[in-house]
Amino acid sequence: MGVDSKSRKMLARLLGVFLFLFVGLFSFSLGEANDFESALKDLGNKSRSKIKLAVKRLGNMGNPRALPALEALKNKRLKISEDGALIILNAVGDQGHDALNGNPVDLNSLTLRKPRINNSVRRVLSVAIGKLQLTSNDPEIRLTAAMQLQKKPTSGLVELVEKALDKENNNKVRKIFILILSKEGLNSDDKNKRLQSLNTISEFGNNDFKTDLEALLEKNDAGKFLESDPEIRNSAAKAISNIENRQFFINQIANLFYGLSLGSILLLAALGLAITFGLMGVINMAHGEMLMLGAYSTFLVQNLFKEYLPGFFEWYLLAAIPIAFMVSAMIGVLLERSIIRHLYGRPLETLLATWGISLILIQSVRLIFGAQNVAVANPSYLSGGIEVFHGVVLPFNRIAILIFVVFVVISVWTLLQKTSLGLQVRAVTQNRGMAACMGISTRKIDMYTFGLGSGVAGLGGLALSQIGNVGPELGQLYIVDSFMVVVTGGVGKIAGTVVGALGLGIINKFLEPVTGAVLGKIIVLILIIILIQKRPQGLFALKGRMVDN
Amino acid sequence: MIKNINNLHSFKEWLFIFFLLAIATFLLPLLNIFAPEESVLHVPDYIFPLLGKYLCYALVALAIDLIWGYTGILSLGHGVFFSMGGYAMGMYLMRSIGKEGVYKSDLPDFMVFLDWKELPWYWLGFDYFAFTLLVILILPGLFAFTFGYFSFKSRIKGVYFAIITQAMTYALMLLFFRNNTGFGGNNGLTDFKQILGFSLQEPSTKMSLYIITTIVLFLSYVLSRYVVQSKLGRILTAIRDTESRVMFSGYNTIHYKLFIWTLSAFLCGIAGALYVPQVGIINPSEMQPSNSIEMAVWVAVGGRGTLSGALVGAGLVNWAKSWFTVAAPDYWLYFLGALFIIVTLYFPKGLVGIFARFNSEEKVRESA
Repeated sequence: MGVDSKSRKMLARLLGVFLFLFVGLFSFSLGEANDFESALKDLGNKSRSKIKLAVKRLGNMGNPRALPALEALKNKRLKISEDGALIILNAVGDQGHDALNGNPVDLNSLTLRKPRINNSVRRVLSVAIGKLQLTSNDPEIRLTAAMQLQKKPTSGLVELVEKALDKENNNKVRKIFILILSKEGLNSDDKNKRLQSLNTISEFGNNDFKTDLEALLEKNDAGKFLESDPEIRNSAAKAISNIENRQFFINQIANLFYGLSLGSILLLAALGLAITFGLMGVINMAHGEMLMLGAYSTFLVQNLFKEYLPGFFEWYLLAAIPIAFMVSAMIGVLLERSIIRHLYGRPLETLLATWGISLILIQSVRLIFGAQNVAVANPSYLSGGIEVFHGVVLPFNRIAILIFVVFVVISVWTLLQKTSLGLQVRAVTQNRGMAACMGISTRKIDMYTFGLGSGVAGLGGLALSQIGNVGPELGQLYIVDSFMVVVTGGVGKIAGTVVGALGLGIINKFLEPVTGAVLGKIIVLILIIILIQKRPQGLFALKGRMVDN
Repeated sequence: MIKNINNLHSFKEWLFIFFLLAIATFLLPLLNIFAPEESVLHVPDYIFPLLGKYLCYALVALAIDLIWGYTGILSLGHGVFFSMGGYAMGMYLMRSIGKEGVYKSDLPDFMVFLDWKELPWYWLGFDYFAFTLLVILILPGLFAFTFGYFSFKSRIKGVYFAIITQAMTYALMLLFFRNNTGFGGNNGLTDFKQILGFSLQEPSTKMSLYIITTIVLFLSYVLSRYVVQSKLGRILTAIRDTESRVMFSGYNTIHYKLFIWTLSAFLCGIAGALYVPQVGIINPSEMQPSNSIEMAVWVAVGGRGTLSGALVGAGLVNWAKSWFTVAAPDYWLYFLGALFIIVTLYFPKGLVGIFARFNSEEKVRESA
């Protein structure tokens, strides 16, 4: 969760609270109001037990006007003046207003003391705030409050929730209310009610209910069930298995998403390599550094926007796309012209020379930007995420990368398959001599191809900067993985790289919960080594005459 | 046999080699012991572990030259074999610490730290030096044999072989980084106290280790020279130049490649085992892919396909590394990077190649 979405929520909550303050002023009878005022005043009492009582009363009254004061008390922003008036300070603490009538007060003229509260007061305080929030007008606030209550069950909750359920029209909140009631219903004396509760839990419940259900199946020391009714036990067992099944299903979906996400990142890292390695046969060990340069270009664009175009800061990422591409592509072309050109046809030598290039690039970046990671911020529209299931959050930046990958892959594919430049590139790949005879300038094509591969790597770096640290060693983290993707997918075909990357990502994420992250990765590497033994040309090998050597 | 070995070099060359060996094993130690400390001729104590380290690297370079320089198979995973030998020796050294560790326990310190109650099964036997020696001599070779058998059988070669050896060292590095694997995780094995009852802090122990390393390197060199000068060596070179033609001539190249690959790993494992007591630590960073690539560049700098080139290259590059990391640490990577590029672009035969070219030019001039 980004800071922005939090503060947005906070703002919404505050707005809701003020709205209620307004409505509340008119809708409460005088008698209640008096009772309310005295309870509110008691928050400033010197006796802790009285404060506790007042908090409870305020919570049970269900008057949302009490919320600001209670929240201020919780956040240590409530102060008491000498004459016993309650003052709520703002977040900074330089201004305040009276909790009862909302009039601003002059802080300098007052000597304030802190209210006397301790942990036991704080406990009832959270409950009371939760209860009050349940009656809020804003479904968002009700939802968080309902979730809070679900986590911390309190006595006397049933009535309150039942009351709230009657009025509730938001489905999400209703579901939580029903679940809370069902959980309470488990302990009811009425068997039918218990069975019904079990049914509800079985239908909607999540992992959090498992302990309650398992309690129903526990045995005492003599080996007898604590729960005497077999019908209830059966029903509970059924509910547990239902919940577990659903959880398993949800986990698989989550794994699939995270796997696709990892795969898309691998794909971005490896696509450029697939072009230089697959199409040109150049082992570019400096490929990881092209990623790094793309990430650093993003960082620079971000800083430029921060400095000169703060109003458009949110959009720096879009501006960074062509720049990251160009920077990496230019450096790639430069390297091709100066060094790699001399090494065509000597793949092992290329490997060593490009490794040397990568060392120089890493050290240069380290000397220019420092050895520490630099901060690249997510634009606000990429921070946060959506919760599709209980506990499964899909972050926006990962979703954006998935979309970005599709865009990049389609562009590269179109470029290679549908343009005349692509045709020439493929011709040179298949038969350099023949292509040259047909009048294609192979040198130029080599340069373009290498530039394209490097540029795509730059785009990969841009994407990586949105999900991980940007530092001089960024490329080193991905170089082995990128090679694995290309080797698995097979050389010379974009489709192979796509399948290789997504496949490796998904396998990795499905292994992770079973074996742990490191062991999972090792198993994947071993699998790849075995796969190469079986299919030395990778999954999608070029066939027939195209295969040289 | 003796005669065969005699034929490996001309008389002059043998003389030169024994001259070097005599300096390394007699003169330097004697100067350390007998020359007075203020004298220019005095060889300080710290020199020996340092030289010992270089000699271990030279042995690695020798091993890589056999497989890369002579057979044309580039391995980016020799760090694994080096580490296997190193870890085996490290485990023995850990066991011989006994109860002198920080926690005064019979178990190695890191196991106490992880709250392990007993030694994992794969640590059993490392209390005995003979067993350790056996592991050092067998394990890296056996591992290489298995890995090589499957790779060569599926005709994986060239770049693909380089990449999967890199994946292998990367995977093992990750494995060894885990604390639960039982090899000390991140920190590896260190804080050694003694070897075979001799304190590792004693200058005399250090000097002995250095002398042993020198002799092992000499013997390995003779063995390697013997291999590459034999008919077998010719076939290896032929495989490097055109493997398909060797196959068509009726040779099963897999056998030859497997042999030299296993021999290379064997030598590399010994180098690792000699390295650890002299440097005092072994940790998973030895298996970093970058380390193994650096090893390849030692050979490239010295000159591929000449054993002496490998030795010279390892010595020079590592000496330069020591010098740079003290004098200009920021520029070491520039130097190393430039070395990679310049050697591959302009001196494919390395330093020995340059030297040979000068020599032949001179001869041409003399005869003219």
